[in-house]
Amino acid sequence: MQLDVNGKRLEVSATDDTPLLWVLRDHLGLTGTKFGCGMALCGACTVHIDGEASRACVTPISTLAGKKIVTIEGVSVTKQGKALQDAWVNLDVPQCGYCQAGQIMSAAALLDDNPKPSDADIDGAMAGNLCRCGTYTRIRAAIKQAAGSLEKKP
Amino acid sequence: MSSLLREVPDNLRLDRRQFLGGLGGLVLVASVSSVVKAQDAPKYGAEGMPHGTVDDPLTFVAIGEDGIVTVIVHRSEMGQGVRSGIPLVIADELEADWSRVRVSQAPGDEPKYGNQNTDGSRSLRHFFDPMRRCGAAARSMLEAAAAATWKVPVDSVRAVNHEVVHAASGRKLGFGALAKAAAKLPVPARDTLKLKDPKQFRYIGKEGQHLLDGPDIAHGRATYGIDVRLDGMLYAVVARSPVLGGKVVKFDASEALKIPGVVKVVEIPGTPNPAGFQPLNGVAVIARDTWTAIKARQALKIDWNDGEHGSYDSVAYRTELEQAVRKPGTVLRQVGDVDAAMTKAARKVEAEYYLPHIAHATMEPPNATARIVNGLCEVWAPSQAPQGLREDVAKRLGLPVEKVTVHVTMLGGGFGRKSKGDFGLEAAVLSQQMNGQAVKVVWTREDDLHHDFFHTVSVERLQAGIDANGKTTAWIHSSAAPTIMSIFAPDQKHQAPFEQGMGLINVPFQVPNLRMENPEAVAHTRIGWFRSVSNVPHAFAVQCFVSELAAAAGRDHRDFLLDLIGPARRIDPTTLNDNWNHGESPVRYPYDTGRLRRVIETATREASWGRKLPKGRGLGLAAQYSFVSYTAAVVEVEVGAKGELTIPRVDIAFDCGPVVYPDRVRSQLEGAVIMGVSLAMSGEITFEKGRAQQDNFHTYPLTRITEAPREIRVHLLPATDWTMPLGGVGEPGLPVIAPALCNAIFAAMGKRIRQLPVGNQLTA
Repeated sequence: MQLDVNGKRLEVSATDDTPLLWVLRDHLGLTGTKFGCGMALCGACTVHIDGEASRACVTPISTLAGKKIVTIEGVSVTKQGKALQDAWVNLDVPQCGYCQAGQIMSAAALLDDNPKPSDADIDGAMAGNLCRCGTYTRIRAAIKQAAGSLEKKP
Repeated sequence: MSSLLREVPDNLRLDRRQFLGGLGGLVLVASVSSVVKAQDAPKYGAEGMPHGTVDDPLTFVAIGEDGIVTVIVHRSEMGQGVRSGIPLVIADELEADWSRVRVSQAPGDEPKYGNQNTDGSRSLRHFFDPMRRCGAAARSMLEAAAAATWKVPVDSVRAVNHEVVHAASGRKLGFGALAKAAAKLPVPARDTLKLKDPKQFRYIGKEGQHLLDGPDIAHGRATYGIDVRLDGMLYAVVARSPVLGGKVVKFDASEALKIPGVVKVVEIPGTPNPAGFQPLNGVAVIARDTWTAIKARQALKIDWNDGEHGSYDSVAYRTELEQAVRKPGTVLRQVGDVDAAMTKAARKVEAEYYLPHIAHATMEPPNATARIVNGLCEVWAPSQAPQGLREDVAKRLGLPVEKVTVHVTMLGGGFGRKSKGDFGLEAAVLSQQMNGQAVKVVWTREDDLHHDFFHTVSVERLQAGIDANGKTTAWIHSSAAPTIMSIFAPDQKHQAPFEQGMGLINVPFQVPNLRMENPEAVAHTRIGWFRSVSNVPHAFAVQCFVSELAAAAGRDHRDFLLDLIGPARRIDPTTLNDNWNHGESPVRYPYDTGRLRRVIETATREASWGRKLPKGRGLGLAAQYSFVSYTAAVVEVEVGAKGELTIPRVDIAFDCGPVVYPDRVRSQLEGAVIMGVSLAMSGEITFEKGRAQQDNFHTYPLTRITEAPREIRVHLLPATDWTMPLGGVGEPGLPVIAPALCNAIFAAMGKRIRQLPVGNQLTA
């Protein structure tokens, strides 16, 4: 089947039940999307499917015909993605960095819906993304910084 | 996460000496005296680690004709920031411009790079000085090249911000233009190097240098072990023995092999216990992608023989440990006459604390990729100990060590798990089974939680006597916990010196009568280093117990703790029976109670200790010396009517001596606070029938953003004296958090938490 990933139509030969995560990683070589749990519990595999933050580890590719998939490798074309990546670098958010692609993808979907999120909004959007290194306070700060920068230059 | 490769042989040698002691006669005399002689000149710090340090600039620094400075980092990056920290040190001494510095990762090769075992909070502690010398040597080579080009005396030129300047003539040459000529010059002798005056530091100890890996991480370009891709690579998952030492009796792979995309099913042989870091016995499915391998593994039918640990049960084991600490154990340290003091005490206090096994749960689960081409085995792994993995792979495959290369990737978290090479060995064994074809083995989260080298489980029993004036006159601490040494040697039932020296025996309290004991505890699962290791249970028990004593004596907790510690003084750790001292010299690194007092005073001052709080809120305090650094934290909690807990704020004060990279020190402490909250609130692995019962993050929950402290305020104690030796950073933030949190719960609601995790104890 064909998948629309980061604006490109790509031919995929995996079985229908294969989760998008493994197709991205093993078949398409897009390894920015991470494996963490396989049960939608940690958010490391977060991508956008038609603009919604989704867990690629539990999304079989059979459900993705005609849908637009965006991964960490493609999110900088959106102004939210770019602003968040800049803020992440500027505030040195990552420690090991493994979960950060998923964090940024969840945050980008949040800012797309809600350009000025409150702490409670951030909690709501980011509660599904685990960080074992414990970067949450910086993640919160970076989302606010990105939101602020987007407000200045919409 | 301690000095693994050193501890093992030392401990085994000690056992052998004790064994020889039984033989008596001249053999005894000869062997003991030779050992004693060896111990008379112990090696400390980096020199006590295998392969010590290397400070050759040609090994660590490369400068291109474009002026780009590439620093080869030989320590593993797992979030502590070492891939920026070491370049920052070199760049400063080199006078390089940070925007033109890049990083490259060294493979496992300790003879070339020095020790690479990235645990024990040692990277900058041991390599700050050698890396400074590397930068200074490279700088002086560039200066010499410029002076030769201009035919001027070398002391008339100076490197400044990526170029060498001849002030008298105003001539300048960039590092790129000088690199080729400089590389041909001899490396200056160590004793001729001119290190910078710390006043001239431009990056060391300063703010503003961003992580070199930051942009790659934020764009999904950083390569972790799990991201390695090789031509023709196959993917494997392994069904491992659910019980330590269990064996495959037989297996039927016929259904698995029917699944399209499955290439091969093979058994990975086990190793008799104690198996060190060797893989567990298991059955591997090799397939064309990870998902196919995962599916096919479910179709395997395997009969296991559980072996001797098949009845390991956490509930029963806790009872065993409780019984053990209530009986006399091996005495590790004794001062005065504790029993007499207890008899005379006006008031006796006792408490038992229980801390369960916990799992590292690195966000990137264990994984590795290997291939064997023309007799050369290459392994790509997120390894904290690539030289150890290299040696183990060589031995396991029967290759000379020179024929094994371990490429170190980024680590998606380490915390001690990835210093064990079992996952890398699995990849090498499977590639060998596939005639050298590249194979990536990936652990699922279930595999990770079932087959960790778990943090130990312990019962800590504390007893104290208080006199009529509220002074503590007697202190007894008995600690029972299976030891990490159980994975290396048979019949290891006592905590090793490095475990005792993590807050059990080396308590600096000025109590006239003390006794520390360690009864036996048998390991029934693989015990491993987990960030801060035995400091976690020991600090939890001691720091919670001090709060209990203060309450019993009717004293303020901070004042009571400071009184126990007594005045500022420098204690030789060997006088506390701690001959380990995190591997550091007792002279260079005495136990400085003044520094411990200062972090306590700082944390409590910054947290406005003693401030009036509304009902349901409380402040809790804890302090700990670990990894030759000093930490104190004040946690503020709010407990709602239904027992729901929130943490508005944590103040953590830290003294690690000179601070090389302040932002990364802060981030390590922020992370330690959150990991500490996680292990305190929900961290628990339990066993039934020898099997770990937790499968994934629904049964082994980690702290989420919603539960994390709202505010973490890190207070770094200024250390302007750069002649002071560095302390560790990665680990020492962790041990204080659980006790400070539980002491805060007591302050908020009057309930003592004596077993972790807190779980639903507040609602019950």
